[in-house]
Amino acid sequence: MCTLEKRGRVLILTLTGSGEHRLGPGLISSLRSALATARSDPTVAALVTAGEGRFFSNGLDLAWAKNSSEGISTLVRLVKPLIADLISLPMPTVAAVTGHASAAGMMLAVAHDYVYMRGDRGVLYMSELDIGLPFPDYFMDLMQAKITDPRTLRDVTLRAKKITGTEAKERGIVDKVCQSASETVAEAVKMAEELAGRNWDKGVYASIRLSVYPKLCKSLEIPQESDEAVRKHFASRL
Amino acid sequence: MCTLEKRGRVLILTLTGSGEHRLGPGLISSLRSALATARSDPTVAALVTAGEGRFFSNGLDLAWAKNSSEGLSTLVRLVKPLIADLISLPMPTVAAVTGHAAAAGMMLAVAHDYVYMRGDRGVLYMSELDIGLPFPDYFMDLMQAKITDPRTLRDVTLRAKKITGTEAKERGIVDKVCQSASETVAEAVKMAEELAGRNWDKGVYASIRLSVYPKLCKSLEIPQESDEAVRKHFASRL
Repeated sequence: MCTLEKRGRVLILTLTGSGEHRLGPGLISSLRSALATARSDPTVAALVTAGEGRFFSNGLDLAWAKNSSEGISTLVRLVKPLIADLISLPMPTVAAVTGHASAAGMMLAVAHDYVYMRGDRGVLYMSELDIGLPFPDYFMDLMQAKITDPRTLRDVTLRAKKITGTEAKERGIVDKVCQSASETVAEAVKMAEELAGRNWDKGVYASIRLSVYPKLCKSLEIPQESDEAVRKHFASRL
Repeated sequence: MCTLEKRGRVLILTLTGSGEHRLGPGLISSLRSALATARSDPTVAALVTAGEGRFFSNGLDLAWAKNSSEGLSTLVRLVKPLIADLISLPMPTVAAVTGHAAAAGMMLAVAHDYVYMRGDRGVLYMSELDIGLPFPDYFMDLMQAKITDPRTLRDVTLRAKKITGTEAKERGIVDKVCQSASETVAEAVKMAEELAGRNWDKGVYASIRLSVYPKLCKSLEIPQESDEAVRKHFASRL
């Protein structure tokens, strides 16, 4: 479902196989496990997430949901702590969007600090309006945190626009557009290595990220740091 | 530490000397005193803040903090009402960023309504991640109020990027880039004179600014106007 590869201080998490990498209980669990590994390894200083094949991730596993008595709401509930894991991960994160990223798959991508995407094929697409579904609250909070241009936010949410890597870069959703999937991964790893080389305190990095996105953190039920914890950061410095 | 010069209806506040203009109790007090003078002089209709030498302000006086028992938290506590003074000042404010503006020094600059900066040298830089410190809450609220592009906010807070005047203009942090320190001041004064010439009601100007930045005002403990006070603005007009 996913693999981990260590390259120096960078951990590369790859969604494997030629399928749609849809988020069902199995893949969600594998991803959370991989992120837990990243979190607990003191030698890891940055994360890259990529996909094999035509898809980065095409969203929730709706087929699984159809066959389950609790359906979609279970998957929505299971994806929330996965997004929370990314938003609270104590290191810089880079998404290498190597193929289509839709709905929950697009949320997975934009939950990273940096988003690199191929420009030759693949789109970002919030399909919910086309399918006839409203957004889970934490999806909307994530979009509001990462897409602040009102017309872009409207096109993503109220127009279900399919956005190429090139357009996403122009509109500020993506940091860098590359010519192919492999170039996207290579550039993402290069960026991750550069960020790892800054030797930032990982706890402070996470602390700052939480303070940049307070509403999203509340939505994802990530506790804000206590004053005590914040004081410790200050004390350790001076 | 700082001087005041009146030019028509514009008050020019200059951080003097060739040093780093670091914010310690002495300079903070001088600046607050100068802003109180601006506030209380009915003939003053706009403020320009500039610096002499290579620095606009390089942030908190960490050397003072080291030698004081309460240290950094005292300075963080003392700078808050200084920023509040600027955010509540009943007139347009223009920062002439004549040199490096880092950490609290960058906060001082962006707390102004307009930010003019030299492009030939000097950077804006939130150094906290590099130093290993989280941001005081009102710093983050100020940044969120003034830097809404998510990638720029990320680069400032989670990448500790050193941003030149030219890049700052491109990315929407700065209004105008000038060729030198003196040109930056001259252009800032020209803008201040133009704004003063609009003859706006100073109380209404302050009222509107508070309403534009409600979260920041709460963070800075600036009370929102009472309904009574707002009614008075309306009553005096019609």
